Amino acid sequence: MVSYEEGLKTVKQGFILLCIVTAVEVLIALLGNGHIIPGFTLPKLIMYPVMIGFSLYKAYYIVYNFMHMAHEMKGMAMSVLMPMLLLVWGVIAFFQEGGAWGARRAQIEKFNAKTVKPAAPKPASTSDNTKQLPVKNS
Amino acid sequence: MAHATVDHDVHHDHEEKAAYWEGGREAFKASYGKLMMWYFLLSDAFTFAGFLIAYGTLRFSMPTWPVPDFVFQAFPTFGVIPEAWAHHMPLVFVSMMTLILIISSVTMVRAVQEGQQNNKRGVVFWMLLTVLGGAAFLGCQAWEWTTLIKGENVSITRNPFGRHEVNGTYTVDTHGEAYKEGVKAEKFEKGHGYLLHAQTDHVTHQPVLDENGEPKFIHRSFVTDKGEKGELSFGPKAFGALFFFITGFHGFHVFSGVAFLLIIMLNVASGLYERRNNHYEMVEKIGLYWHFVDLVWVFVFLVFYLL
Repeated sequence: MVSYEEGLKTVKQGFILLCIVTAVEVLIALLGNGHIIPGFTLPKLIMYPVMIGFSLYKAYYIVYNFMHMAHEMKGMAMSVLMPMLLLVWGVIAFFQEGGAWGARRAQIEKFNAKTVKPAAPKPASTSDNTKQLPVKNS
Repeated sequence: MAHATVDHDVHHDHEEKAAYWEGGREAFKASYGKLMMWYFLLSDAFTFAGFLIAYGTLRFSMPTWPVPDFVFQAFPTFGVIPEAWAHHMPLVFVSMMTLILIISSVTMVRAVQEGQQNNKRGVVFWMLLTVLGGAAFLGCQAWEWTTLIKGENVSITRNPFGRHEVNGTYTVDTHGEAYKEGVKAEKFEKGHGYLLHAQTDHVTHQPVLDENGEPKFIHRSFVTDKGEKGELSFGPKAFGALFFFITGFHGFHVFSGVAFLLIIMLNVASGLYERRNNHYEMVEKIGLYWHFVDLVWVFVFLVFYLL
């Protein structure tokens, strides 16, 4: 258990830290997209990992200090945090799938636009066609 | 002697294990309510993660996607800020929303701390500030949604926001008409965002509707630097649905949080938890939920506004 005074210190520290990290994230987004220095942009390959890293750090800080995960038993913390690892595979698998759709979009649209001549109807009274539904109004 | 000690330990251990089944022992030395709140939050985290992964998947599957710092650049004028500025303040409004949520998270931590001190008045005071923070956030979200829906005509099935894929020059003005004399043709750059504006009536200034009651949009025509002709088209449809469902689901969490905070605050004031004499554990539990709502916003903010 933390003392009251220590708790107050954590609150002040946490507030300043979360504000600064968020401000830095927004500054990176604005600077990187050319809103601060005209004509100056940052490559997305640098911007994105930095912003994702900062967000993960904020998440860690909130869980461990504001939600007091740091003072819980290790087993309890692990029982909550370990299942989150499943999401790593979720991200990899689904983004791979999305990327594949993106790469084949032109091909998909080409096929969608294709018109096909309808096949000639099969004769109705063949012996192997027993499951055919009765045709109404024709 | 050593042997006897071991024997005693084994016996003691056995007794202790048998006692586990008699109840009254807390798993992980945390109360049942707190544990269950944690596991509820874990399941909720999976729901949100599912939504955000769906956003990423759909975004990756599209050749183009709206530019966040172009879509989210409006700010209320409050009657004092000049319109030209208020229409071009990228990410300022959502950063303000984030700040509000951080502040309300901090006031929640204070409420929990005062609860551990058994300071009833302190708990009520800080919870009240937290409720106000949550309500302020919801107000901001209402304004953001109104701007998108009423002002920019975004809906769950329509998205007029797009991204230029090439450099080029518009061949008509913003009203879709030939440039007036002496007006220089407007250029655009690859990677920049655009918004299809709805046509407005010259006299009434009301949007022009088609036969289905949908607004008519101005699809400005342009020539690319390579000399190819084209006109602006709608952006990926999924954007609107994803935005409203995900921020709406988060907003609904904030709304429920505000409702529960209010109920628990009234219970604190009535002395209910004082009588339970467990250091205001209920405040701690709703605190966990409230921090989680802030935590989810960290990722919603990242995915929708920053990336």
